[in-house]
Amino acid sequence: MNITAFFALVRKDLVLYFSNRRALVMSIAAPIVIAAFFGSLFGPSSDKPSKIAVALTDLDHSALSQRVATSMAADDALEMKPLDEAAAAAAVRAGKVRAAIVLPAGFGAAAPQALLGGSTRPVVRVQYDPSQAAGLAIVRGLFAQHVMESIGQGMAAMPGARASAGFTLPFETQATAATAADKHAYNSYAHSFAGMSVQFILFMGIDIGIGVLLARRLGLWKRLRAAPLGRATLLGSHIASGALIALVILSIIYGAAMAIFGVRIEGSMAGFVGVAIAFALLTSSFGLLIAAIGKTPEATRGLAIFATLVMVMLGGAWVPSFIFPPWLQTASLAVPARWAVDGLDAMTWRGLGAAEALAPIGVMLAFAAAFAAIAIWRFDWDEPRS
Amino acid sequence: MLEARNLGKSYGSRKVVDDLSFDVMPGEIVGLLGPNGAGKSTTVAMLCGLVAPDSGQVLVGNGHGAPLAALGGADAARLKARIGVVPQELSIYETLTAEANLALFGALYGLAGAPLRTRVAETLAGVGLSDRAKDKPATFSGGMKRRLNIAAALVHDPDTLIFDEPTVGVDPQSRNAIFDHLEALRARGKAILYTTHYMEEAERLCDRIVIMDHGKVVASDTLQGLHCRLPAVDSLELEIEGEADLASLAREPGVERPQQQGVLLRVGLADLARTAPVVLSWLAAHGHTVRRLSSGRANLEDVFLSLTGRQLRD
Repeated sequence: MNITAFFALVRKDLVLYFSNRRALVMSIAAPIVIAAFFGSLFGPSSDKPSKIAVALTDLDHSALSQRVATSMAADDALEMKPLDEAAAAAAVRAGKVRAAIVLPAGFGAAAPQALLGGSTRPVVRVQYDPSQAAGLAIVRGLFAQHVMESIGQGMAAMPGARASAGFTLPFETQATAATAADKHAYNSYAHSFAGMSVQFILFMGIDIGIGVLLARRLGLWKRLRAAPLGRATLLGSHIASGALIALVILSIIYGAAMAIFGVRIEGSMAGFVGVAIAFALLTSSFGLLIAAIGKTPEATRGLAIFATLVMVMLGGAWVPSFIFPPWLQTASLAVPARWAVDGLDAMTWRGLGAAEALAPIGVMLAFAAAFAAIAIWRFDWDEPRS
Repeated sequence: MLEARNLGKSYGSRKVVDDLSFDVMPGEIVGLLGPNGAGKSTTVAMLCGLVAPDSGQVLVGNGHGAPLAALGGADAARLKARIGVVPQELSIYETLTAEANLALFGALYGLAGAPLRTRVAETLAGVGLSDRAKDKPATFSGGMKRRLNIAAALVHDPDTLIFDEPTVGVDPQSRNAIFDHLEALRARGKAILYTTHYMEEAERLCDRIVIMDHGKVVASDTLQGLHCRLPAVDSLELEIEGEADLASLAREPGVERPQQQGVLLRVGLADLARTAPVVLSWLAAHGHTVRRLSSGRANLEDVFLSLTGRQLRD
């Protein structure tokens, strides 16, 4: 590979991109503004769950606690996962369950008495996913229902049971938001910035593809191809420059998110960098794919923007993917934007470790490789036939 | 030097270039002419290494006894570096400065550091753009952009240059400046292939002219040699009274293809000095009064139309 030419091409792309101030402002200002808007909308308030994943930790092992567990497992509204306390907390932080309920030791003995107002109410700890905070009330309600039913079943078998002044809720709950390392309050802007960054950087990828199509139209591609350069240099330089531009934009957007909106990388910094690099490569190979399959800049731009919007919408960039029906949540795993958003979420507000970044990085690199392979396969190297 | 040897190219069942051969020697400008669809663009694309020929070879050499090498061979990249291409389109980056454009294209050919800076400065000076080195082409006139477009092909100092209609949309001053520059390049021993639709450009610049049609070379010669292919090099144009008997006139010695439209009579002549009196005598003898008379000499356009026909091409 001609290294001098390679660097010259990369430098050229960077200078061209950053000299287009309108595009630059669009790439940076638009995601910040829209992320701020969505972040303010999707604070810890709105949610419409379908089937709610909940972890249950039974430290009591009494007949009552086992009846509660059985009852919850049989509830169609819940996806109940019995886990130990540490695993349950980790599952909440990773976004795998909506809440983790811990039944304390002595719960089985104290709760029936407390129902009748006869003793101190046991404290049930609940850790919940702050990005899905509205689900907490639903979980509390369903849990109370199952506890009441289970106590009722037990009391029916107790002939000496007597009524007291009235029934009261037989337990107290102590709810805790499961955030990154439990150090900071949940920042609703964090997810919005992940989503908007992904969307607008993918738009930048479209610009890369359209740029190649325009170069063909203007004869620049002919001039580049007439030079003693291999295909690897020509296409590789586009991938490298696109990835660098994506990284710079992502850095500026997250810089603004941190400085203005208090977003923090609570998880692994190395994981965040890895996710960012993988997403940058995904973006540039996506641009190259557009250049390979596009015919004219005008027609390709509209189609590419539409495809990108669908991709980021399914990827959870606009609204969190948990709002989707379960089948769509599963289907969206086939959308690379979903992995980018999840990866950025995991390394920021979820505060997960580098190991949790491996799956998003791997999937995005696989998509990037697939896009690049298709682009190289489909790229029309010939000049127009005349 | 540059040689096209038995080049052939088909797209599907359509043969675009068919056994095409010609060469361009050092210090020579060869014009490549042809109507639309003649196969010029495909030929140029093959000569630049942009399209692989189905048959034949493009050979590149220095013309000083060194053997020619095939452009499509193992050392294609090295040979491509000896060719400079000026595309018909303005193939420059409008938002990079003139200097940055040339630095980029020089780097593509392996130039770097001080040699690159020197070549950029020399090339800008050569096309008269030194004072605009730091400006972006977006602020240039059409002629200046054309000159920068040419400079981008010269910055790596190739010994073979391919100009694909480089003067489209250029004003007469800029066109003349380009011609002067081309002649200077020829004087420096560059082998130059020049495609154009402007016949007067080819007449002024080209040492030899290759005319192609339907993918084949239909003529390849000097301008004088091409003129000799015409049945009549000279012509008479007369305004006369009455309708002439063209068949009878055509039988006169030295008269070629007489044509009349209204009062205008055109007569081709093998030799103006000898045949003009014959025509005038014939007209007088047949009672036609001559009101106006002018003579002309066939030009390259006559040759071109004679060889490729007057039918419109798409």
